[in-house]
Amino acid sequence: MLHTRDIRVSYGMSEVIHGLSFGVGNNETLAIMGRNGMGKTTLFKALIGILPASGTIQFGTEEIIRRQPFERVKRGLAYVPQGRLVFGTLSVEENISAGLEATGRRSVPTDIYDLFPVLHDMRRRKAGNLSGGQQQQLAIARALATDPKVLLLDEPTEGIQPSIIKDLARTLNEIKRIRKISIVVSEQVLSFASDIADRMIVLDKGHIAFETAGDEIDAARISRHLTV
Amino acid sequence: MSGFTTQELFAIFAMQGFSGLSLFCVFLLMALGLAIIFGQMGVINMAHGEFMTLGAYLTYLVSVQAATLGEWALDAYFPVAIAVAFLGAFMLGYLVERFMIRHLYQRPLDTLLATWGLGLILQQLFRSIFGPREKTVTMPDWLLGSYSATDMIDIPLNGLFILAITILLSVALLVLLYRSRWGTKVRATTQNRTMANAAGINTDRVDRLTFALGCGTAGVAGAAFTTIASTGPTSGGQYIVDTFLVVVFGGAASLFGTIVSAFGIAQSQSILSFFWSGSMAKVFTLLTVVVILMFRPQGLFASKVRR
Ligand SMILES: Nc1ncnc2c1ncn2[C@@H]1O[C@H](COP(=O)(O)OP(=O)(O)OP(=O)(O)O)[C@@H](O)[C@H]1O
Ligand SMILES: [Mg+2]
Repeated sequence: MLHTRDIRVSYGMSEVIHGLSFGVGNNETLAIMGRNGMGKTTLFKALIGILPASGTIQFGTEEIIRRQPFERVKRGLAYVPQGRLVFGTLSVEENISAGLEATGRRSVPTDIYDLFPVLHDMRRRKAGNLSGGQQQQLAIARALATDPKVLLLDEPTEGIQPSIIKDLARTLNEIKRIRKISIVVSEQVLSFASDIADRMIVLDKGHIAFETAGDEIDAARISRHLTV
Repeated sequence: MSGFTTQELFAIFAMQGFSGLSLFCVFLLMALGLAIIFGQMGVINMAHGEFMTLGAYLTYLVSVQAATLGEWALDAYFPVAIAVAFLGAFMLGYLVERFMIRHLYQRPLDTLLATWGLGLILQQLFRSIFGPREKTVTMPDWLLGSYSATDMIDIPLNGLFILAITILLSVALLVLLYRSRWGTKVRATTQNRTMANAAGINTDRVDRLTFALGCGTAGVAGAAFTTIASTGPTSGGQYIVDTFLVVVFGGAASLFGTIVSAFGIAQSQSILSFFWSGSMAKVFTLLTVVVILMFRPQGLFASKVRR
């Protein structure tokens, strides 16, 4: 579904992502693991098009590396940034409808409120006044409103307590099941990633350290990379 | 203020208050346009006054055209003039964004200089086309009279008319911004342009239309202006400082603040200028605003939301 070849991302003169090639298939969840500062956010920003990158990003059959973010969203890529970045002065409902722009649909699809009943109860509230966890749900709902084929989630567990992290994993698996979409998620929490991922890539200083899939996921080896 | 009876004072306040309302209308329409553009793109449009002048000249042109058509046309042309003023300024704004502003985002100083230069060019164009002499618009008869509320208080009808137009346009803008899907896009882009784009909004297009809309509003301000004064090449430019004052004082992020602040500044200038000279009234207003801003740097109204 989404395939990158040799993508490189730099801030000014310093290259942070050094030629990554990977892909995610239909209805597959790929977790990109890495400690702080290993380049996860940088990679995700390049995938959605906020940061310029070199190399190729193939989405379906189309090369999208020159496309603006909103054009990528229109084609079916959706982005939940680290730190949520909901539109604080807009209501919850308006935040979700901002995502509808890419689809031409007028009203919020019901399955979104089914997944996040809290958001339905609070739909007239200003998004800036929601708790961190509720904002995370809202950011996911906004992304789902764009009707994505691939959902990018940058560290969704950051700042969320362990019991809620379990719920989040369940929700993401549910989304993958009902929407039949692929998910690319960046993580430091191994237990969460194991709950949702079909495959994992471990990122180390902008390089792929190694890649594991399915039952062979080697928890001990990954943990070694996640702790210093 | 001695030497006036209470009754006289009341009449003065009421009448100056009403003439202040016309000023308020021009301020408000100018400031709404400027605030929308500034809030949306962080662009300070120094040529905003010239968009107002354009609206005023377009109104003049429509009135001249109407005069050739006869009496009935003179009675009815004003609504048409307002629409023409809006559309003309809207289209010029669209082109300016497309060919100039767009290339200068993230460069506030360059934008400031470029729009200032654009203002000068437009002023010169107006001078070449319409001549340096001020043009006066022929008012329809029904706008000329005044309504005598009491023996001492006369309220000019044109002021009431402009007030109605201003209220209509402001409400329309507020509805557009806060109740329409397009408004959601604008406000999302205003809050976080990068994220809005990554959420699927074509922010370039939103920018272009917002800039044009702000300019169109200034065009309507120009049409309103023709009812209180005659139009010269620099008419609009004279309002630009007051307009900035209104926007900053009201809190750049709050349209409601803009309304309150336009009212306060227009009224204090108008009422004080009856007792003192016009420039003293201005100085006093400016001082008050500066002092208040020292204590409330975010302006009168700031949005109450956790960031
Ligand atoms: N705007 C920037 N300018 C320069 N360097 C940056 C910038 N943003 C990030 N970096 C650097 O790029 C590297 C990767 O940062 P990035 O934010 O992608 O890491 P991350 O894996 O997302 O970390 P975290 O888990 O803390 O979110 C870091 O060394 C960081 O210092
Ligand atoms: Mg990060």
